[in-house]
Amino acid sequence: MAKTITEINEKIKKGQAVVVTAEEIVDIVEEKGVKRAAQEVDVVTTGTFGPMCSSGIYINIGHAKPRIKLGGGKCYLNEVPAYCGFAAVDIYLGCTHLSDDDPRNKVYPGEFKYGGGHVIEEFVAGKDIRLTAIAYGTDCYPRRKLETWINIKDVNEAVLFNPRNVYQNYNVAVNLSDKLIYTYMGVLKPNLGNANYCGAGQLSPLLNDPLYKTIGIGTKIFLGGGVGYVAWQGTQHNPTAKRKDNGVPCVPAGTLAVIGDLKQMRPEWLVGTSFQGYGATLTVGVGIPIPILDEEIVRYSAVKDEEIFAPIVDYGKQYPYSEKPQVELGEVSYAQLKTGKIKLHGKEIPTAPLSSYPKAIEIAETLKDWIKSGRFLLTEAVASLPGPESGLTFKFLKERPIE
Amino acid sequence: MISKRIVLRFPNRLIDQPIVCKLVKDYDLEFNILKAYIAQREEGLLVLELKGQDEEYNKGIDYLTRIGVRIQLLSQDIVRNNAKCTHCGICISVCPTGALVIDSITRKVHFYDNKCIACELCIPACPPRAMEVHF
Repeated sequence: MAKTITEINEKIKKGQAVVVTAEEIVDIVEEKGVKRAAQEVDVVTTGTFGPMCSSGIYINIGHAKPRIKLGGGKCYLNEVPAYCGFAAVDIYLGCTHLSDDDPRNKVYPGEFKYGGGHVIEEFVAGKDIRLTAIAYGTDCYPRRKLETWINIKDVNEAVLFNPRNVYQNYNVAVNLSDKLIYTYMGVLKPNLGNANYCGAGQLSPLLNDPLYKTIGIGTKIFLGGGVGYVAWQGTQHNPTAKRKDNGVPCVPAGTLAVIGDLKQMRPEWLVGTSFQGYGATLTVGVGIPIPILDEEIVRYSAVKDEEIFAPIVDYGKQYPYSEKPQVELGEVSYAQLKTGKIKLHGKEIPTAPLSSYPKAIEIAETLKDWIKSGRFLLTEAVASLPGPESGLTFKFLKERPIE
Repeated sequence: MISKRIVLRFPNRLIDQPIVCKLVKDYDLEFNILKAYIAQREEGLLVLELKGQDEEYNKGIDYLTRIGVRIQLLSQDIVRNNAKCTHCGICISVCPTGALVIDSITRKVHFYDNKCIACELCIPACPPRAMEVHF
């Protein structure tokens, strides 16, 4: 018998909803079977905590006296440039931005100690941030220069708005070249010296709802320690990616654009991070509840690490230089990755994760508590995300030389 | 038998003296140099793994102290800032001695400072910069 989200919400309000994490549902389905699990469980919570470079915040700083129009000018937060090509006092700060005098990779490998992600973490933590701006001045906005401290509690709006988060599966990075390389997947030692992966596997939101049956536009989520929403499919959303029989993609596939009020978020779930030789970013915590509407959905949510496969990709040559894999390196399950080693080309290679599994558990548990205590109700998606049937795919840039 | 990882700080008057060779000749100690440099203001720093019979080891340490070398256990110098560590686990890929390992049950990262040789590879490899060096 199928349930509706309205019925589940009624149970949540009465404190009677049965809520379990995406880890716990694995055993429940194994013990009780799909049918009973679908009847007994109302919500499965997921979580992920990893570096997500397409993240940023927008702020309305409030009007100065005399007024200044930042649009068309330049502005900086703690020396890191922010985008101000909007109205007078709206600015957007992306997490990978760096101050103009950051040495970047001039001294290789660069350290990238402080970028947009670090500013975001400090801003969320309630620290004062130095705003400096120059503008061209108009009759209605005469001021040309602004230097001031700003604080999250004083600005009008502060919103986290990430164009691409929560990748549905990701590559396992190796290096077939004979040089040590520094990548967004960490340090990769030459000649298959190590293999790094990034994903929460069986706890990862989109791997528990692989065909986007419940997660859609408008879905209410745990975002950065506060409440957020799915705003749209994320950039590079690729629902037609290769999938296994269980519907789970075995390559990077779907993504989400997410949004939420930064003022109620917490710095421990929005952490400024630095990738040696690569850049600065923001490590974001996201958790998504999956309403168990029927047997099909509970079966998807009970996916386990043994059943989720990720492709092995060479970041020495293949990833930077070619569209299609030149060498098929195969795929490996998250269960195998978590043992700490994989076998490739007859060699045993140590593995390491980039996304924190303990934090993913903490997120799924927190969301579970919120729902159980009645403070977090589920939402009906207002529109679906494009699924495999949409034919939507991920394109490379078609370069056309400019004569 | 004692085997310890220690940090030795030499005042500048000692930096041109052959001190470690005395530990070998007079006290029959084995050593493995993990790090050595001369810092600003000409203070020398040497990180050693030192091994030998208990009595000889202590005599060797006495000798170093007597001539003015300051001694500290290595584990006090590389520390993890637990408030910053997110337990992602990427550090285990660069740690050459297995001082940083992932617990197979909890998936949390353990830092065994007795295994750390202060190579400092984890310092820039840690995304939230939770590993700190305090030489």
